[in-house]
Amino acid sequence: MADKDKEKMTIVVFSGELDKALAAFNLATTGASMGMDVTMFFTFWGLNIIKKNEGGIKSTGLMRKMLNFMNRGGSRRLKLSKFHMFGLGTWMMKRLMKDINHPTIDELIAMAKEMGVKLIACTTSIGVMGLGEDAFRGEVDNLAGAAYFLSEARESKVSLFI
Amino acid sequence: MKADQTLDCVGLYCPMPIYRTGEKIKELKTGEILEVVADDKGIKLDMPAWCKTTGHEFLGMEEEGDEIKVYVKKTHE
Repeated sequence: MADKDKEKMTIVVFSGELDKALAAFNLATTGASMGMDVTMFFTFWGLNIIKKNEGGIKSTGLMRKMLNFMNRGGSRRLKLSKFHMFGLGTWMMKRLMKDINHPTIDELIAMAKEMGVKLIACTTSIGVMGLGEDAFRGEVDNLAGAAYFLSEARESKVSLFI
Repeated sequence: MKADQTLDCVGLYCPMPIYRTGEKIKELKTGEILEVVADDKGIKLDMPAWCKTTGHEFLGMEEEGDEIKVYVKKTHE
């Protein structure tokens, strides 16, 4: 099937928690497996999922520096939306996932990319948080705004907000 | 049922069996049959749904104890 004939699926990833990131990537990889052309649009707290794990996050101004210090992000720092319990709950959930051989967020990102899922970061959120492009991992395909998301979403058979 | 290739997904949960089926089917030739063995019961509805969407033919399934064997015929590249 040519790419232009493929059904489209778009996902807004607004949340930055581990459980919601899992749900988003499980659906994105499954959609791609079903032959859909999947675009994930990361905005607001969702940007934490696609921030680099290593190094510092550069930003300018005291308030943005404070925000990025408290909200460091990175796929390996994500917390559960419930029962994080100072890290204990999240640690346990990761253990349980490993127990059933469920892929980690990093593995899901690699799987998604391999299948051609597009990762887009929202420029407005990046601006508000004072982030540079270097805050994000290399797998991010592009930066875009709401109009790009909506133009993709209106052509999509499936469009989700997570 | 006789299959050309088998994919072992025992111990894997959604979305892994479907993801791996999507990868594996690329290795088959059109007309060949893939057997997927899984123990996640979700596959009973997931695999027919995957076939319906991708256009590959769902040939049926067999249950043996905890294991579910599903058969898919590759109908196109």
